[in-house]
This record gives sequence, C-alpha cells and structure tokens, in this order.
Amino acid sequence: MRVELVKRPQHSALFSALSPFIALFLTLIAGAILFSILGKNPVSALYYYFVEPLTEVWSWHELLVKAAPLILIAVGLSVCFLSNNWNIGAEGQLIMGGIAGSILPVVFPDFQGWYVLPVMLLLGMAGGMAYATIPAFLKVRFNTNEILTSLMLVYVAQLFLDWIVRGPWRNPQGFNFPETVQFNDSAILPAIWADSGRAHWGFILAVVAALLVWFMLSRTLSGFEVKVLGRSARAGRFAGFSAGRLTFFAFLVSGALAGLAGIAEVSGAVGQLRTSISPGYGFTAIIVAFLGRLNPLGIVAAGLVLALSYLGGEAAQVSLGISEKSARIFQGIILFFVLASDTLIYYRIRFVTRHSDAAAKGA
Amino acid sequence: MTSITNKNGAGRPLLEASKLTKIFGSLKACDGIDLSIGTGEIHALLGENGAGKSTLVKMLFGALQPTSGDIGWKGNPVTVSNPAMARSLGIGMVFQHFSLFDALTAAENIALSLDEKTDLNTIAARARQIGQTYGLPVDPDALVGDLSVGERQRIEIIRCLLQNPDLIILDEPTSVLTPQEADLLFVTLERLRSEGKSILYISHRLEEVRRLCDRATVLRHGKVVGQCDPRKETAGSLARLMVGSDIHVIERQPVVAASTGPNNLLEVNGLSQKPRGPFSVSLHDIRLSVQAGEIFGIAGVAGNGQGELFEAISGEVLQERPDIIRIRGKDAGLSGISARRKLGAAFVPEERLGHGAVPDMPLTDNLLLSRYSTDGKVFLAGGLLKLLQQSSLTLAAKRIIAQMDVRKSAENPDASALSGGNLQKFLIGRELDRNPSVMVVNQPTWGVDAGAAAHIRQALVDLARGGSAVIVISQDLDELFEISDRIAAMVHGRLSEAVPIEAMNMERVGLMMGGADTSNQPSAGAA
Repeated sequence: MRVELVKRPQHSALFSALSPFIALFLTLIAGAILFSILGKNPVSALYYYFVEPLTEVWSWHELLVKAAPLILIAVGLSVCFLSNNWNIGAEGQLIMGGIAGSILPVVFPDFQGWYVLPVMLLLGMAGGMAYATIPAFLKVRFNTNEILTSLMLVYVAQLFLDWIVRGPWRNPQGFNFPETVQFNDSAILPAIWADSGRAHWGFILAVVAALLVWFMLSRTLSGFEVKVLGRSARAGRFAGFSAGRLTFFAFLVSGALAGLAGIAEVSGAVGQLRTSISPGYGFTAIIVAFLGRLNPLGIVAAGLVLALSYLGGEAAQVSLGISEKSARIFQGIILFFVLASDTLIYYRIRFVTRHSDAAAKGA
Repeated sequence: MTSITNKNGAGRPLLEASKLTKIFGSLKACDGIDLSIGTGEIHALLGENGAGKSTLVKMLFGALQPTSGDIGWKGNPVTVSNPAMARSLGIGMVFQHFSLFDALTAAENIALSLDEKTDLNTIAARARQIGQTYGLPVDPDALVGDLSVGERQRIEIIRCLLQNPDLIILDEPTSVLTPQEADLLFVTLERLRSEGKSILYISHRLEEVRRLCDRATVLRHGKVVGQCDPRKETAGSLARLMVGSDIHVIERQPVVAASTGPNNLLEVNGLSQKPRGPFSVSLHDIRLSVQAGEIFGIAGVAGNGQGELFEAISGEVLQERPDIIRIRGKDAGLSGISARRKLGAAFVPEERLGHGAVPDMPLTDNLLLSRYSTDGKVFLAGGLLKLLQQSSLTLAAKRIIAQMDVRKSAENPDASALSGGNLQKFLIGRELDRNPSVMVVNQPTWGVDAGAAAHIRQALVDLARGGSAVIVISQDLDELFEISDRIAAMVHGRLSEAVPIEAMNMERVGLMMGGADTSNQPSAGAA
C-alpha cells in the first residue's frame, strides 16, 4: 500500500484559522495518552502540566520570563521563514548575543551608570547579528544550505561559551565554579513589578519587537519584499528585489533579536554568564513561530503557550515525578500537530492499495 | 489491426460519447456533449480556451470521470476509470505539455511510460522501426534535454504508437512547431489515417484543421454548437462558430516616424550570454533596434533563447557592458530592472503565475510588484518607511480592470483565482497604465481566448502608434503577422535579420525559424 498527498483544489478558510487550536487540542489528547501509558492519571497530570502553573502570581512572572526570549526569537524567525530563509541557528545567535552583551559587566565591571544597560543590549544584538551573518554570507556567496550551516554553528557557539566561562572569564573569587562574576546592579535588566516577582523588561522588549515587526511586515515595502521573495523568487527578481540582500536582511533581523533575547536572559533572569544560558529557547522558538502562523501578533500568544510547557515540565517533575524533559516531548508533539494540520489544510491523504493499483492498470 | 471501413468515418463509429457532462462545483465544463469518431478519420475538436475541450478529452482518456453520460467503444459501453485503462482499450494521447525527463534518453523516457517491463534495447529497436515507418526520425539514445521541441513531440508520438492504439488524441500538436515541422507531422498523421487509425485532433488553428481533418466538432461554453466538414467551411465561418460572434479585426495605421527626440527607443548591441543553467540557451551577438511607433515581432519555436533574451532586456540578468542595452538613448546594460523601468521601459514575461505575478497574492499587491519603483509617489508614503498606500493601489487596480475588461469573481482576488486570459489582461494593463515608451512582451496571448487576445493585440498596436516602441516575442505566427511592423526569428540563441512585414510570408518566416539564411532574397533588408 502506498500513501499519497493530493493537493486540494480549495482550502477552507475556517480550518486555516482553527488549525493552531486543533493542533493544541490534539497535543492535549496525545499528552493524556502518554501519561496513561506512564501509569499516571491523565486528567490530574494535564492539570499539573497546564493549569497549576497559572494558579500563582509568581508563576505568572515565570511564564513571562520564559516567554520573553521565545517571542523575541520567534518574531525574528518569522521574517526569516516568510522570506524562505531557514535559520535553524537562533540558539547559537542567542548565546553569542549573551556573550557579547556580557563584555561590559564581566571585563569592565568598573563601568557603572545608566548607559551600561543600553550599551549591553546593543552589544548583544550586534553579537547575534554578527553570528547570523556567517550562514547568510555562506548562502549568498557559496549557495550553501543555511539549515545545515546555521545549525552546526549552534554547537560552535555552545562550546565557545563553555570555554570562555571556564577559562578567561571565570570569576577569580568563584571557588572554581564555571561562572563569571555576578553583574553589578547597573548591568541588571530591572523587573517590571519588582515586589511581586522577577518578570523583567525582556518581555516588554519582546512585545515591542513583535509590534514593530508586525508593522514592518504588513504595512511597508520591506515587508512586501519579504513576502514576495518568500513566495516566488522569480517574481521577486522581476519586481527588482534582490534575494541575496533579503537573505542578509532576514538573518540580521533574526540574529539581532536572538542576540537581544540572549543578553536579556543573561542580564534579566540569570545575572551572570554560565556554561549554559538557555534551555533550548532558540529551537523551541521555531515551534513558536509556526504555532503563531509566522504572524508576530500570533507569536506573542504562541510564545506564552510554549512558555507554559516549560513551567509544566518543572511542575510535573515536582508533583508527578516525571522528568522535566517531558516538556521537550510536548513541544515536539505540538510542532508535529501544527505542521500536520497545516499540511492537511492544503492536501488530502489518499491510500493506494495494491488492489486499487491493479484495477488502475486495467489488469 | 482494425480494417478500414470508410475514410470519412461512416459505418460503426469507433468511439461514441453521448450526453457527456462534467460539473465542477457550479460550473458545467461539459454539458451533454455528443461526439462520434469513425474508424480511419481525423476528427477535429475546435473551441476557444475554456470551451471544454480539455475536460472532454480528459474524460475520454480516463483522467476525469464524467458526472453523467456514456462512452461507447467499438460498440460496447465502457467506463474509462483511468488513463492506464484507456491505453489498454486502445486510446492513446499526446499532451500539449510534454511529460519527458530532460536528463534521460529518448528510449529511457519511453520505457518509463510502458506498463509492462521491456528491456531498453528492444524499446530502442521498436522506436527506430516505428520512427522509420511513420516518418518520425528520432535517435533513441539521444538525451531529451538536447532535442528540439519537434523531436520531443516525435518521442511522445512514438511512445503513444508503441501501445498500438486505435484512437490517438493530439492536444494542440502544432502550437510548438515551425510551419515546416508541422507539415512533416501532417504527413505522419495522414499515413496513420490511411492505416485505419483514428485521430482526435484538438486545435484552434483553423487553416490546418481545414487542410487535415475529415470532420469537426465545435464546442462553445461546454456545449456542442456545430458539426461540419471543415473542408467545406472557410476559416471565417469556423471562427464564427467557435467564438459565437465576429472576431474584432485589429486596426493598424501606418507607422509615422517621430520627428523629434531619439528615434531608436530600444537598442540591443551585440548581446552574447553564456547559458545560465543546464537547460538554458546561450545567446549569440544579438542586435536589434526598435523605433518609436513600431512593433518588432520576434518569432521562433519555444526554447530557442526567447526567455533568456527577455530576461536580458528586462534587466533581470545584467550585461557585461553598459552600452549593450540602450533604452531611450541611455546606456542600461548594467542597470537592474527597476532602473530600466524608470527609463521608461515595461515588461510582461511569458509565465504569468510565478514570474509576472505572485499566485497567492491579491491583484493590488501584484500591481505594486512592477510599479513600486516607477510610481512610488502614488503607491508609497511616509518617506523612508515606504508605507504601502492600499487606497491608491485599489483605485489604480480598479482603473486597470475597467480599462482592460478584466473579469473576476471577487473584489480583489488572488492572481491565481483569475483565468489565464483575464490575468494576462491585468498584467498587460498594469504596464500600459504607465504609458511606457518601451514595452517588451513575451507570448502576449499564450493560452488566452480569442476575444481577450484581440483586445490585448489592439492595446499593443495602440501603444505603438501612440509613439512607443514595442517588442512582441511570440510563437503564434498569425499573431505576429497581424500586429508586427518587422519580424525577426530566433533560433539557437541567434536572432535573424529583421524583415519588414510587407516582404514577409509564412514560408520565409518558417525558413528563418529553422535557421536558414534568407537575407539574400531580393526583398530582404531591415527597415
């Protein structure tokens, strides 16, 4: 038997709009099945996973802390993906942004003042941009596949962070722990409502970025260029747009936002540089981008949903004794269902059995 | 082998379709069609684009299932559930767009389509033998990518004949051939007829139908509107049957040379270009100049470098020196397409969806696509922010739609939702709306129905007579003869000398398309 995907003549606008919700619903069902196989009560497991983290004020703060980098990165990725540039290396750009942004508080801790934080954020963006330039350049100049190069550069960045934190940047008074010095107060991204929790200004930056990119994509000629070249490179060339220039633009935007997410995470949530500064935000943001339908406003909502999966994973570890890695499984299941729903909106499945195949041959 | 009953298809029909109907949603593509094809006849199926020819043929070949109606084959009712079944019944089809792999040899391509496994040498031998019998010379070991369009068509026909069909369906077979190649094809078809094979010949070229076919069935809007013996009709009476009214005759005033300003609005001076991909054609020392007020026609069989020439003139591909392309007296060889548009040039490529327009974007966005650089003052605002002005885009789109009589189903539909003819009217109108001084159009009426085609041709003539220089690249010779003031032909990436229309005839253009030098004829010489 053979399975074929056949393009539908028309696709339903209703199901296009419903698709993310259908995907989330199916994820919940798949999760319930998963928990019952693990021998847990699926209803209470889903409760601990997706509801309990929302019952306390401090965990709402945690939700925003986790959502901030996811939204920042995914907004940048939406520009990449819409323009047909498959940047899979946001995790590496986040790390490089975190490192570049930490130069001031780690190497020059004596610089203190209001100007430190803006300079750190700008350096973070510059670091992410510089790192994203590499796959963009390789793609434009040598026609290499950006999926491979950007992904491989993630591992380079992770090892570079490991080396710099264990080596030159290690805190001399840190009892040999692989950590840098604690950032001084002027290098810390402040909390939004300091008395109720630790949600920091990174979330505000994320929402602002989402609004700006949404405006750019929907209202300006640059956004038009992104959409035209993403849908039809040849029509884009006919319009006089340069695919190479756009590749740089898309990688620079997404690199800058990933770098900003990195320094915001280091400066707002951690307060120092460690060997690991991200639980895979750069990869999870790919799911956020698609769940948000590559629309920056949808991405804000999708970022909160995926942030919840991180919190749920921690909660499930405490209350159910399941590994927090189960969060990764949920994220994978969400991506699977999002892509599957989107595919089935445009295609239908046809089963070709040996029997019907033989009939088709007129035998 | 069926015995020859009657040359004109009397006696028991080979295929008889009655009341065939196919409904797509609310559209009746075919509405109660009766068709009978006799043994040993060449039966023409005439009709404009959208008349239901393809739908009817797809039902006969099993690619579509009729909503209602019956098909009889050799006197027995049959259900043709798929093309493989049609082939086993004895129905073969040669499609308009070939389904051949460029990177495989002719024999390998044939092997792929055979239902049973046969070894390649046997196939090659049989292909050679069939080729000799029917006057279809083809080297089975040649790579399809290296073959001309005519040779590729021969492979398709041989592939079809290998199944030993009783009925062969040919979909617009001469649309890709030079007149001389078409003549060879007719010899083959007449030979097949003399052996008792039946042929269903789909075409909108009335002259060849009159020459070749024994009977004709004419479709309009999904219904049979007439059956006739085409040899007893005139091209005009057949056209009236097809269109349902008289076709608009293009009005052409004589060219009046402009008295002021640079006379040659577009010049190409020695354009040579290497192939840009494995199946792309190189260009060799192309020279042409087009004056204000004239239409310069470029004939040629598809795949001889027309697309490459278009992209070079439009600036999608840049030249080595600035003076190779000159627009309105200014060097443009190193300028991109936007800069060339700003010099006053406008371009309409052959492919509408995916080149001239983005399929899943609305008409207003597709209007902006080629106009943002020249009409930024109207369509963009906010200085460096370049904000899109949807209201002025909507106004301009409405103006073009009214001007070109574009028929559409929604207020601002996606480009892919328009029919080919209506989208082409919009894309031509998009450029005419700027009143360009230089206009280059590749295949302006390919796949466009006769009414819309006449509208487009008249618009191009009017543009030229208004003082612009127009280049029309076309495979449709009738079209070029109708509107051009001079005609040159492209073959293997070279452009022939341009011949004034008064000194041109079908035979001569055919020779030029075949690569023969006709410049020593007494009436030769460019204007």
